[in-house]
Amino acid sequence: MTATGRPLEPGSAERACAGCLRRGFLLGLLAPRIAGVLDSRNRNPGGLLALEDEPFVKAVAGRDGEQAERFLETFDAGAAGEGLEEHGFVGVCRHSREYPVRLLQLPDPPRVLFMAGRVAELLPVLSRGPAVAVVGTRRPSPYGLEMARSLGRGLARAEVAVVSGLAMGIDAAAHVGCLDGGGAAVAVLGGGPDIAYPRTNRALHGQVGREGLLLSELPPGRRPYRWSFPARNRIMAGLAEATVVVEAAEGSGSLITTDFASDLGRVVAAVPGEATSSRARGSNQLLRSGAAVINRVEDVIEELFGVGGRVGVQESAAKGGPDEGDPLSQAVIQAVEAGMGIDGACVSAGLPVNEVRAILSRLEEAGKVRRDALGAYTRAAP
Amino acid sequence: MTNAYQAASLNVSLQSPAQPTCAPGPPSFPDVLASVATFALAGVDSREVTVEVDVRRGLPAFSLVGLPDASVREARERVRAALLNSGLDFPLQRITANLAPASVRKAGPSFDLAIAVGLLAAGGQVPPESLHDTALCGELSLSGVLRPVRGTLAAAMGAKRAGYLRTIVPVENASEAALVEGLEVLGVPTLARLVDLLHDRWRPDPPERASCRSPIPEDGPDMADVRGQADAKRALEIAAAGGHNLLMVGPPGAGKTMAARRMPGILPPPSFDEALEITRVHSVAGLGSGGLAAERPFRAPHHTVSAQGLVGGGARPRPGEVTLAHRGVLFLDELAEFSRVALEALRQPMEDGWVEIVRGQHAVSFPARAMLIGACNPCPCAQPARDCNCSESDRRRYQRRLSGPLLDRMDIVCQVSPPPAAELVAARPSTGERSATIRARVVAARAAQRDRLGPMGVMCNADMDGRLSRVHAPVDGATAGRLVRGVESGALSGRGHDRVLRLARTIADLDARGTVSAADIDEALGYRLVTPSKVAA
Repeated sequence: MTATGRPLEPGSAERACAGCLRRGFLLGLLAPRIAGVLDSRNRNPGGLLALEDEPFVKAVAGRDGEQAERFLETFDAGAAGEGLEEHGFVGVCRHSREYPVRLLQLPDPPRVLFMAGRVAELLPVLSRGPAVAVVGTRRPSPYGLEMARSLGRGLARAEVAVVSGLAMGIDAAAHVGCLDGGGAAVAVLGGGPDIAYPRTNRALHGQVGREGLLLSELPPGRRPYRWSFPARNRIMAGLAEATVVVEAAEGSGSLITTDFASDLGRVVAAVPGEATSSRARGSNQLLRSGAAVINRVEDVIEELFGVGGRVGVQESAAKGGPDEGDPLSQAVIQAVEAGMGIDGACVSAGLPVNEVRAILSRLEEAGKVRRDALGAYTRAAP
Repeated sequence: MTNAYQAASLNVSLQSPAQPTCAPGPPSFPDVLASVATFALAGVDSREVTVEVDVRRGLPAFSLVGLPDASVREARERVRAALLNSGLDFPLQRITANLAPASVRKAGPSFDLAIAVGLLAAGGQVPPESLHDTALCGELSLSGVLRPVRGTLAAAMGAKRAGYLRTIVPVENASEAALVEGLEVLGVPTLARLVDLLHDRWRPDPPERASCRSPIPEDGPDMADVRGQADAKRALEIAAAGGHNLLMVGPPGAGKTMAARRMPGILPPPSFDEALEITRVHSVAGLGSGGLAAERPFRAPHHTVSAQGLVGGGARPRPGEVTLAHRGVLFLDELAEFSRVALEALRQPMEDGWVEIVRGQHAVSFPARAMLIGACNPCPCAQPARDCNCSESDRRRYQRRLSGPLLDRMDIVCQVSPPPAAELVAARPSTGERSATIRARVVAARAAQRDRLGPMGVMCNADMDGRLSRVHAPVDGATAGRLVRGVESGALSGRGHDRVLRLARTIADLDARGTVSAADIDEALGYRLVTPSKVAA
């Protein structure tokens, strides 16, 4: 391997060429400088990331220029590759045949993807199989959370990889749903693959690291920067065939992801939110401008594979169908759905409270209703 | 407590080896020593204290020894004024009063009477033999009137236990002290009267002995006033029937506090022994009304209460709210606003039924078997669900303030939503059940529990341990499977599993059924929170 680097031979088993690896670490080195170059209103690094090494250093490095030059001269790709491997990371460059092909349609695909987790099993799934990005607000409503979880679970059952950003709220719920359904959960991070951000999600970060795939453009150990989130969003949009937004306010980062997705000609979809809710204004606006309407996971499958899509989902849909149960249970479910509480359910089902309580308990076990952290019942998404 | 010490302190003894007591010359007092028994509070118990008074010639002085604190030292001034204002003599000699055992700190004004009587006995103004087998306690005013003190019941119990035959207390405390059987109680209004009594020139009327069966006040808050809220009422009834802890979640104005205040009205009336415990605690805290407590206490401390205020403490340990609510209800409104330290401190007493406070060399324990009722809002904005604008993370942050272990001890969690407007403004009287009707069911359910658990020394289902709940709330295979799935999925903790069984047992008891049905378990499961950590992100 040479430091200047040449694309890997076609069919090579190697995962990252020296040039790309060097660029990957260079990006890590200069990550703090990029913010200084971008003006405060436009946090999107845009074309900067597409520049070749030398113009990139010139554009970004500023007074760290000399250090960057020295880094380029002395970089030892072999040692860096071994270092990654030793700590359980994998770097895959865009010349490798393992690199997700859909990502190459980006004008500025990441030169290297740094990964951790079940790379051997899940990277082929992500590269060759279908993938959907589920994104949305960090401050969701219980309804939004429920929808994100349900989409994650349904997509996992249909063997569609679920891509999201491991942020709080919708992102986390989508990951949780996907892991629940035993699917390929792919988290694209704003910092290095080993950096759990936000800290509150570190347990989930660990779980995705064990059961799913953590992936980033920045090398391990690098913290996220303001610019790296929009940059991360372009990777999510690039990886996924469709991007589904579950609740996004106006100006939400999720809308950056959908902008990338529509630039790439991918499917943009959204779950309808409450018309009066400010946290669904962005996603509802998407629907108005022609995004696909997603009411349930089957709608996503239909967008991907056409009507009649995948069998797995059909089964799960039949199992979770809402039109079952005796009339009393129906009355109770409807009262809960309408937010009438247990007292309301007693009235509409005409039952004493102890029987309504017992019915709710059975419905909960059957997954028709669920309780929040303080015990309030809500209708579970199908 | 034993013999040598006790024998010495049992009554007044006079020793005047130097001079005969009948020495002539009125102004000169003999050198004498008198000792009088009284009782000092220690937690909700009392310990015997002997007041020794020594009067001898010398420069007039009055010193008080035996670790008195400032409030006890002030007794000297009260005693002097009270004696003189009662037309009695105060010896102008060297007076030393000792509170034995001298190693224990003494506090409070209840030693006044014993010191004054010790002085009178030493001065020959009362016959010493009149103090045989007698314990005294009371505070003096400057005019010589006896003022009521805290903890008379505890003192009287101590006196009875130590073998005294009669006790002299301020007249206001007499009916309380008279709750102790086998002890003659003499309620005295003034120091002058006391001298008459000791000279056998006067006897007080025997105090009224409060009966154990006081009627339930008819005008108390009634459950029928609560409109709608079928779910909350059911939850309160189950909680009352089995002594379970309860958390009500709902927006402000939904009626949580109103419902909780009606809890004492549906609880079974306290038994005589329970009433005695309640009275003793309240007397120690200075909250007693004089007689036997007829009702279970309902304590609702403000959420700014400190850990010490909640579980008790202080340099001189005082009972906290959880002790004041002993055998009754501790209601914590706005549970999420209480300091974390205070709520954490509550965990041990909730589990054990008593609080132990260790201060330096001594430890005091207070009883603390109260039913906990909590109330909180569902989210920080405290709006009805329709208008709530809180994000999930806001809610989670708010709910995290309720510590997981505390929530795990809540057997019943119910949602309280404001009743429909039509229900509220209706001019017609509420058609809901009256507290008395509900109480009858609760009493029956408790009776069934006592029959079943009494032999094991357990009073209600909530006090059953894991083994007992498995024995007395057996479930069939299918239902057991359901519980096992709950535990395996992590939705139920081990403690949670036992608590569900206990709750189901109570639900069956309310229905007067001997066996627990699947529906009971279903209902009980619905009242129990999913283990907080398992509520997905």
